[in-house]
Amino acid sequence: MTTETILSVGIDIGTSTTQVIFSRIAMENTSGFFTVPHVSIVKKEVVYKSPVYTTPLKSDYLIDTQAVRDIVAKEFASAGYRPSDTGSGAVIITGESARKENSDAVLESLSSFAGDFVVSAAGPDMESVIAGKGSGAYQYSIDQHCCVANLDVGGGTTNIVVFNDGEVIARGCLDIGGRLIRIGADGIVTKVSPAAAEAAKAAGITIQVGSPADAQTLGKITDQMALALADYMDGGTKYPDLLKKIITPGSSILSCSAKISYLCFSGGVADAVYNENDQLFPYGDIGILLGNSIKKSRLLRDYRLIPAGETIRATVVGAGTYTTTVSGSTITYSENLFPLKNIPVLRMTEKEQEDCFQGEATALRMRIRWFLNQNDEKRMVLAMEGKKDPSYSEIRLAAECLSEVLMAELEEEAPLLLVISTDIGKALGQLMRQNIHDERPVIAIDRVHVEDGDFVDMGKPILDGLAIPIVVKTLIFG
Amino acid sequence: MKVDEKLITLITEAVIQELKNQKMKNTGVSSSVYEPNEPVHENPPADLDITSRECKAIPLVEDPADPESLERMMRSTTARIGVGKAGPRLKTQTLLALRADHAGARDAVMLDVDPKVIEDLKLFTVQTCCRDKNEFLTRPDLGRKISEEGLKVLRERCVMRPDVQLIVADGLSSTAINANIRNVLPMLTDGLKAKGFTVGTPFFIRFGRVAAEDQIAEMLGAKVVCIFVGERPGLGTAESMSAYIAYDAKVGMPEARRTVVSNIHRDGITAVEAGAYLTDLIEKIYQAKASGVELQN
Repeated sequence: MTTETILSVGIDIGTSTTQVIFSRIAMENTSGFFTVPHVSIVKKEVVYKSPVYTTPLKSDYLIDTQAVRDIVAKEFASAGYRPSDTGSGAVIITGESARKENSDAVLESLSSFAGDFVVSAAGPDMESVIAGKGSGAYQYSIDQHCCVANLDVGGGTTNIVVFNDGEVIARGCLDIGGRLIRIGADGIVTKVSPAAAEAAKAAGITIQVGSPADAQTLGKITDQMALALADYMDGGTKYPDLLKKIITPGSSILSCSAKISYLCFSGGVADAVYNENDQLFPYGDIGILLGNSIKKSRLLRDYRLIPAGETIRATVVGAGTYTTTVSGSTITYSENLFPLKNIPVLRMTEKEQEDCFQGEATALRMRIRWFLNQNDEKRMVLAMEGKKDPSYSEIRLAAECLSEVLMAELEEEAPLLLVISTDIGKALGQLMRQNIHDERPVIAIDRVHVEDGDFVDMGKPILDGLAIPIVVKTLIFG
Repeated sequence: MKVDEKLITLITEAVIQELKNQKMKNTGVSSSVYEPNEPVHENPPADLDITSRECKAIPLVEDPADPESLERMMRSTTARIGVGKAGPRLKTQTLLALRADHAGARDAVMLDVDPKVIEDLKLFTVQTCCRDKNEFLTRPDLGRKISEEGLKVLRERCVMRPDVQLIVADGLSSTAINANIRNVLPMLTDGLKAKGFTVGTPFFIRFGRVAAEDQIAEMLGAKVVCIFVGERPGLGTAESMSAYIAYDAKVGMPEARRTVVSNIHRDGITAVEAGAYLTDLIEKIYQAKASGVELQN
């Protein structure tokens, strides 16, 4: 059986560290001789890991994009790849660095890495999921059919995701991290972030820049952080006031529909949770103390701890290997359009879709017009759930209605792009092509779920044109 | 030999005593022995069809250690897991569902395709040399031959030498044809016509098997022939249909020359998507002038 492999690059620019990895993603037609083809990802393998760099900063929060560019260029060289070798990949900007001005600047500075290199950025919500996939928590929840929470404890934030049998059921983010308090070489506190000050206040301790770094005092603060974290995991009833202050803006109290059984830790602090630590301040911060506090907290008694496949590299491995998915294998597309990058998504509501299958699209037409105006975009992906087993007359109506609306609302050179969750892409796309007599390119991809406000990249068709690799990006900035 | 009445009485008493002892031993010891007083599981809602997916998703295992995982496992397969047991046997509900599914499978084989379906698609019907279902099931050879009368009808009504001839046959599941053909056939016909192919006059074969397409393709001079046939039902679904496609089909040709697309049903490849897929596949076969194994190589 033929296998096609694409090289994917993952770049993670976090609050404290920047890393690059390369991985190979193998795809195969896994269906039998007598059935319709089905392309799936059969293997993911990390082939190169960069050292962990300290994120180059211009000021407290502003990334030094030129320095990032140099790191990336250097890692491409030492891995032995050229930018044009990569078929997919993602840059993700996380933690406190995940700000709009940073992401724009980084995208700009990395855009010269030509080829089919895919550039994207992520906010804390997406980061949680990516880290949970990179750490192995996601796979564990699938293999064991269980509910696993991944806590990615980094420099500035702790990103939490809960997977129940591979499905994301909750996400959250707290300003708890190893570098919230920094300590100089002389043993004097050099930085106290506002979130750390809040934790100290809750623990009844005053700490400020210039205080001596006393392990016992700082330990009380990290104990408080671990308590808050444990409380956050089961609803946040004990420390509502503290949590209110340290929940990352845009995030909220964790609400989980299933009982969490296992915990997995990733991020820089995870190593301190999983290992014994000889030194207390090897990195000039409270990372080790925080790890120790978590280790002795009730978190490890209330839940069962599972080993992490990756700790400090979880996010970058997740970014490099889990952001690429593959479309269904019965799809419609016009040739020579790929790769397509950064196409904004408008998702049809249930009502709009139902109307559409009845041949009615007035409301949808208005929303498409508004959406194109709003985004100042020529291109867009129209996303829909689709029906599981539509009748011929239904899909005929939907195709007529969608091609009419899109032909009318999109500018002349814009292709008709559809992403459908259920497996009806080929039928819908084919009928649309018939309707518009191939006057414009049509792409109808299925078995991919995208939400309103996502952005989509589509790579070149693989395996003799059977399927298309896709990166779905969710952009949320604090 | 004359049997002593007293001996019989003795034996009877001994047996009764033994049974009593056994019963005492069992009570409260082994839970696998069926006790009529045991509380039974909750019955499914009366309006729920026991062969339905919703009903089969309800676990019948009593007191599962991990109910959520059980339901998840049950969702992942159509196999009858999580059904519990009554002593060493199936529970009544499971047994009834099995029998109902089996009856569904038998119906799929024994019943005729709904005449309304054939009419809606404006198909006409020809019959093979089989005179009834029984003969159809016992004489596969006859199911591959169109009757003399049928051939006459085909000569009168069919377009000759089409690029593609589409045929529908009941095969071993009329249910499969009822469930899918209405959505596949127009989808495929539209698709082929849009690609500029001439599509022959479609029709329905009663008591038809796959290889009937060979005789028809030869007679009508069709370059590509595609027959939709109901697949032999199992206990999982009776709605699975397949399409068998051949380029330049000839009576007696090797089976390896057929390309097959199987599992066309709502939980496999859905009907409209299959129609769209077959459009491209038939175009590929037409261009390659080859089908089956020859196409793959």
